[in-house]
Amino acid sequence: MVTEIHGWVRVPKPLQKLKGKGTPPRAELLLRLSLQSNPEALCLVRATVQRATEVVPFPEAQSRAIVRSVDEALANIIRHAYKSQRGLPIELSCWRLPPDPLSRKPGGGLEILLSDSGPPVDLAKLRGRSLEEIRPGGLGLHFMKQSMDVVEFRRKNGKNLLRMVKYLAPSKPEEKPQGD
Amino acid sequence: MTILDISGDIDLANSPAMRKVLLGEIKDKHTPKVLLNLKNVRYIDSSGIASLVEGLKAARDSGARLILYGLSPSVREVLELSRLQKIFEIYDTEEQALAS
Repeated sequence: MVTEIHGWVRVPKPLQKLKGKGTPPRAELLLRLSLQSNPEALCLVRATVQRATEVVPFPEAQSRAIVRSVDEALANIIRHAYKSQRGLPIELSCWRLPPDPLSRKPGGGLEILLSDSGPPVDLAKLRGRSLEEIRPGGLGLHFMKQSMDVVEFRRKNGKNLLRMVKYLAPSKPEEKPQGD
Repeated sequence: MTILDISGDIDLANSPAMRKVLLGEIKDKHTPKVLLNLKNVRYIDSSGIASLVEGLKAARDSGARLILYGLSPSVREVLELSRLQKIFEIYDTEEQALAS
């Protein structure tokens, strides 16, 4: 079960103003969850992440894709990192990336960080598999890579860290009616 | 023929139960035609898809048919992401599935 939900946390500090070229706007923490490796928690996390995607806001299809990616990542942690052992810790945080006209991804987006304390991930096993084979298994990573713009794995301080990012397309400027 | 009504979210928590029922119907009871009613399935993950694929393989091995119907847009989306929408027999309604 989810052991602790910190809820919506807005970083209150104003944007930093620097002389010269300026600094990119800061990411805003939307959500931090401490949960355990119990499959029953997945539906709770899906619902919470779904709401986080609506805060950005993402279109519905992209929201579903993000929720699916987080769900698959958590399932992989439970099954593979923790070998289906229950009660082991998983940390999840969601950060809103604000729009930044100076960046290559000016529309902003959502960054999701997951960490677990399982053994180091074998990166060679993270390549996914060909979908030409019709067999059960191996689809979770494919879903994640299809849905997210960034999927990165690394190891730090004895933990596996997964970073996923979905960028939001910048909104188009409103067209002015003719005659204005 | 058997109709299995599945509802809710098919994820890591409960896909094993669906798998058990599905494979039991095909392998143990040797049901020649199994219809899966997915009208009330809101969400399915890769473990749920894996269970469906296992069911399909078991059906093919025993000469049975596994038919899916009533897929929601999100379930259909996941099957398309997996490139399995052409592998399964899929119908929109129960009437169409029964008549197949």
